Amino acid sequence: MGVVHGDLMTLNIGPQHPSTHGVLRLKVKTDGEIISEVEPIIGYLHRCFEKHCENVSYEQVIPYTDRCDYIAAMNNNFGYAVTVEELMEIKVPERVEYIRVIVAELNRIASHLLALGAYGLDVGAFTPFLYMFRDRERILDLFETLCGARLLYNYIWVGGVSHDLPPGFIDAVYSFLDYFEPKIEEYNELLTYNKIFIERTGDVGVMPPEVAVSYGVTGPNLRGSGVKWDIRKDEPYSIYDKFDFNIPVGAGKMGTVGDCWDRYFVRMVEMKESVKITRQALKGIPAGDVHQTLPKKIRPPQGSIYKRTESPRGDLAYYIVSDGSPIPYRLKMRSPAFTALSVLGEISQGWMMSDVLVILGSLDIVLGEIDR
Amino acid sequence: MTVDQLINWLPFGTDWPVITFLTAVIICALPVFLFIAVYALVAIYGEVKISSFMADKVGPMGQGVGLHAGKWGLLQPVADALKLILKEDIIPSAADKKLFVMAPFVVFIGAFISFAALPFSQNTIIADMNIGIFYILAVGSLSVIGIILAGWSSNNKWSLYGGMRSVAQIVSYEIPAGLSIISIIMLTGTLSMQGINEFQQGTIWGILPNWIIFNNPFSFIAFFIFFISGVAECNRTPFDIPEAESELVAGAFTEYSGMRYAFFFLSEYAEMFVVSGVSVTAFLGGWNSPISGFFNSPGWGVFWFMGKTLSLVFVMIWFRWTFPRLRVDQLMSICWKVFLPFSLLNIFGVGIWILIAG
Repeated sequence: MGVVHGDLMTLNIGPQHPSTHGVLRLKVKTDGEIISEVEPIIGYLHRCFEKHCENVSYEQVIPYTDRCDYIAAMNNNFGYAVTVEELMEIKVPERVEYIRVIVAELNRIASHLLALGAYGLDVGAFTPFLYMFRDRERILDLFETLCGARLLYNYIWVGGVSHDLPPGFIDAVYSFLDYFEPKIEEYNELLTYNKIFIERTGDVGVMPPEVAVSYGVTGPNLRGSGVKWDIRKDEPYSIYDKFDFNIPVGAGKMGTVGDCWDRYFVRMVEMKESVKITRQALKGIPAGDVHQTLPKKIRPPQGSIYKRTESPRGDLAYYIVSDGSPIPYRLKMRSPAFTALSVLGEISQGWMMSDVLVILGSLDIVLGEIDR
Repeated sequence: MTVDQLINWLPFGTDWPVITFLTAVIICALPVFLFIAVYALVAIYGEVKISSFMADKVGPMGQGVGLHAGKWGLLQPVADALKLILKEDIIPSAADKKLFVMAPFVVFIGAFISFAALPFSQNTIIADMNIGIFYILAVGSLSVIGIILAGWSSNNKWSLYGGMRSVAQIVSYEIPAGLSIISIIMLTGTLSMQGINEFQQGTIWGILPNWIIFNNPFSFIAFFIFFISGVAECNRTPFDIPEAESELVAGAFTEYSGMRYAFFFLSEYAEMFVVSGVSVTAFLGGWNSPISGFFNSPGWGVFWFMGKTLSLVFVMIWFRWTFPRLRVDQLMSICWKVFLPFSLLNIFGVGIWILIAG
């Protein structure tokens, strides 16, 4: 029996829609419930970030990096600071490196919590979302004591950090980690191994490793496809080579390698690894002055640099061209969510309406970073 | 008291049959409407609070006087209802006006008239029809027509998707639900709701209550098939596919606001009660006390019936705040490939059971 095809219907998902994770518009051609074409249309959140950076001094760029990936602002600060420091050949004190790793890993946990919670919401489970937000809140509280801000921190500066750790911070992080680790099991029981959740995500939206690599997908999405690639391990920056941690990869436990469940589960395991790194960093943190290497005026020598770091969403890279003035000549950001979104059209073809949003959610995009 | 008794009791008698009939209908319908409204307020409050406790929150709270939600947020459902009544009623200009206006009432009627055959106790039933359970199954499906009307008339692609999905859903869950009821009818030999209740009086071996769910292993399975299909009938998670707020915005109800939306809301909760009530009557002994002869008077019958029914409503709320949502084809494959064969087997099983056990 042949398949009957009707006319295709064009459906606009977004820019105002509960599950587009920001102001994204998906132009979808559907045959009934089956999707035949998905075209992501971006730019609703474009704020000329890169152009702005050509008009402000190097230290003033940092608040802009906050506003790119507002879910993981610490990691964005971190990447930018590391890039400029390498261009200026500054070596920051040990204590600063440790503080940076601690806050970056905590922010990675917070970012993954948001991604996984919102993913539960995409699939229709409301309670895990609230559980994860409850725990993310504790990380934000920690950051609030650290720098006064809860979302856009402006904390990691070129050559150092804005404030030293407040008294009692290390104990507070320890108690958070002790509280948080058993909670991961709770999420697993509630959502990860739920039969309906596995039905909805296992074997759905499979991204084979070749496709992932050819689209330049990075981070947990790439690792979900079974490719072991993590900048923290493969191209260590800062002091990541000092820590002992594993890189989780998708194994196709609930279906095929590279399905939505794998991408989801990689993030879940990564949170455990982040906890591990944070514990090691807390143990090894030396005393010292965090401000001693802050330069009076940032004036990198002429030249250019491309440096990538591992943000919760993947390879976050900054390309900076310096003409020797205190203002960057050109600054370009390579955003991991942008490449992740570009693969959506390829992997969601032939799936159903409900699956497209599940696949989109599994890619964990942040529109602030895509549009910049 | 049933409608028939009421008609005989009314003074106009047979001289004015139309007036008598209408009076009786109004006398019966008004309390039911009030009951649904009050129950919906309680259920909404319950859902908000239960979901909050499940999600490690406190839910609506308020202290002191003023425009707070009252103690423990008790006034929250009243505020919700007030808001829905006061909101602007928007009819999209592109909508098919007649159908758009009609749809919420069709949905509500489906849930509302089912109450006529629900036996609250030995003597509290509006109409003890000899086809009671068949009647409820039939009019319960009426509300789906309302959802399809809403989806079609809104002239909105999301609504259309919601309407289409609810059609796919009804053809899936109605059949296993109906077949599980058939196995009950074979056991009891009656379609009357009161007849089914009376069948379940007494005990099995002096220990277990003589409820149909405990009668034989097949009816035990039938209960779960019927109840899960019932959850699908109410469009509750994990089967809230026509509504699917993270995919279809609000599905068939996207374009509705204010009082019309409130009617959809009301009928969802009313339907939860009906489905639970039918499950209780058909499987869990209805108004029979769990311990035979223990508080088994008609007054306590209401208590047992309400208690059991509200427990099942609680289970539905529990489902909603625990499970993700199924995809529409997964619901269909569960209903057609799992429930349907099992309910057919049940019918055979019950038949053989009746032959052997007498």
